[in-house]
Amino acid sequence: MKRPLTNNIRPREAPLSLKEYEKAGGYQAVRKALGTMTPQEVVAVVKESKLRGRGGAGFPTGMKWEAMPSADEVPGTRYFITNADEMEPATFKDRLLMDGDPHQLIEGMIISAYATQADVAFIFLRREYTLAKKRLSKAIAEAYDSNYLGENILGSGYNLQLILHLSAGRYICGEGSALLNSLEGKRAIPRDKTPRPTHVGLWGRPTTTNNVETICNIPHIVNNGAEWFKALSLTECSGTKIYGASGKVRNPGAWELPMGTTIREILEEHAGGMRAGLKFRGVMPGGASTEFLLEQHLDVQMDFDSVQKAGSRLGTGTMVVLDDQTCPVGMVHNLEQFFARESCGWCTPCRDGLPWTAAILKAIEDGKGQPEDLDRLKLHTKLLGMGRTFCALAPGAMEPLQSALVLFREDFDRHIREKRCPWRS
Amino acid sequence: MLSEEIKREIEAECGRFKSNRSACIEAMQIVRRHRGWISDESISDLADLLEMTAEELDGVATFYNHLFRKLVGRHVILVCDSVTCWIMGYEQLMDHLKTSLGVEFGQTTADGRFTVLPIQCLGACDQAPAVMIDDELYGHLDPAKLDQILARHA
Repeated sequence: MKRPLTNNIRPREAPLSLKEYEKAGGYQAVRKALGTMTPQEVVAVVKESKLRGRGGAGFPTGMKWEAMPSADEVPGTRYFITNADEMEPATFKDRLLMDGDPHQLIEGMIISAYATQADVAFIFLRREYTLAKKRLSKAIAEAYDSNYLGENILGSGYNLQLILHLSAGRYICGEGSALLNSLEGKRAIPRDKTPRPTHVGLWGRPTTTNNVETICNIPHIVNNGAEWFKALSLTECSGTKIYGASGKVRNPGAWELPMGTTIREILEEHAGGMRAGLKFRGVMPGGASTEFLLEQHLDVQMDFDSVQKAGSRLGTGTMVVLDDQTCPVGMVHNLEQFFARESCGWCTPCRDGLPWTAAILKAIEDGKGQPEDLDRLKLHTKLLGMGRTFCALAPGAMEPLQSALVLFREDFDRHIREKRCPWRS
Repeated sequence: MLSEEIKREIEAECGRFKSNRSACIEAMQIVRRHRGWISDESISDLADLLEMTAEELDGVATFYNHLFRKLVGRHVILVCDSVTCWIMGYEQLMDHLKTSLGVEFGQTTADGRFTVLPIQCLGACDQAPAVMIDDELYGHLDPAKLDQILARHA
């Protein structure tokens, strides 16, 4: 099985130095792209590969790049940003890539920045990823020393400055436009959807932002071609995917597998199944903003289209498992409390609606719920849904709630009927 | 007063950004690194340096959970309270901290040794429950193991 993204990663060991990375075939893709391809040709092969964004939304990367205006249309500074603000609850895949193989990310960034004709690149890294910070800083310095970064890279005439920015916290910074405000030194409040950041982005300049895992795929696509990349997958959604599983499974972790691996294979073969004495009840397939799936969905293939067809989203592809001795109401309360705290406060449905949602769930969990509370929660899933808020935070928060209200309805009813949480003595 | 060393570090950051004010988050992180927190006095000194008003700068500071506007203890314990750590029992860890240190989230121990704060998912779900103490990650915790780690923090 091919595992291009994690091939160089040696658990519990230091990542490859620049020299070791080069020896393993590293930076060949930079040489190929900058030496023999035009930026348009790089965009074309990425588009052809059908790579889709690994940050959660699944937008086709080539199309995102193609939306950048040409350098003739809009001359002057352009930015390329790596979104390394991994903070979606239950998600720990980008950490693996940055701790494990920092040069792969840098190589991917150089090619991506070249393709979008950016001259300045940022890594927006969450502050708590202290090991990644250390390793990336070292790798960036090595890349400058070997002229993979800086002026006239490898004699190609292309210049790129790469800056590692350490964020000061808050989940909302991972939202693409909030991230831009944060980089500009402002409160991280999302921006209006138009004009698009490809035209008016960081400091008003054309800007592309991609997720860490997405960018790490780029060198492999440039080296091996679009057909090779598509063949890595079991389905129409190309490539491999870093999947993860956490919760009360025997062997929580993250693994690079072909896109389209089933939930069952990930949970049973890689995560080792449930811990002794526990039964599987449900799973959120891709982080805290995805709807629950049940036992009957275990054979769903984990790719963008299949998970959507099953009624949820692939999201980040790192799943969290609900077992039969964990209270689903308590779990959803924890999720909504998280989203309530992380709301930036800009728009009213999110700022006021999420704390209400969390408070109702807390009352139910504490045995103080009323039968009409379930209708109130259902109403909130509509009022905080897509199209009612400034960004996707609150609609994302409503995904687990609306599915839990249907799939675990009996558990909610029982809390209200018995005036207690059956899982707490 | 900002020390010469802090000023030098901030000026180096300003050089990498479009304008001085764009570097304000970096600047406040530098002050936090040197002093542990960002006082009202630091806010007004920084505002002068970055060509902003103190109110503008405080508006940014209060948004971010790592820009401490209150004095914190010698060590800051960040307890992950997100979904996987909840499933894996962070509440037991927190109950233990409440009894052994006598503090709730957001409080500092009377001896100024620890401040305990909640934190968003630390991306260590494979090691849940997890906490971070002074930029160091600790996973697979239970109350006894946490006590051993705390004992190493004077």
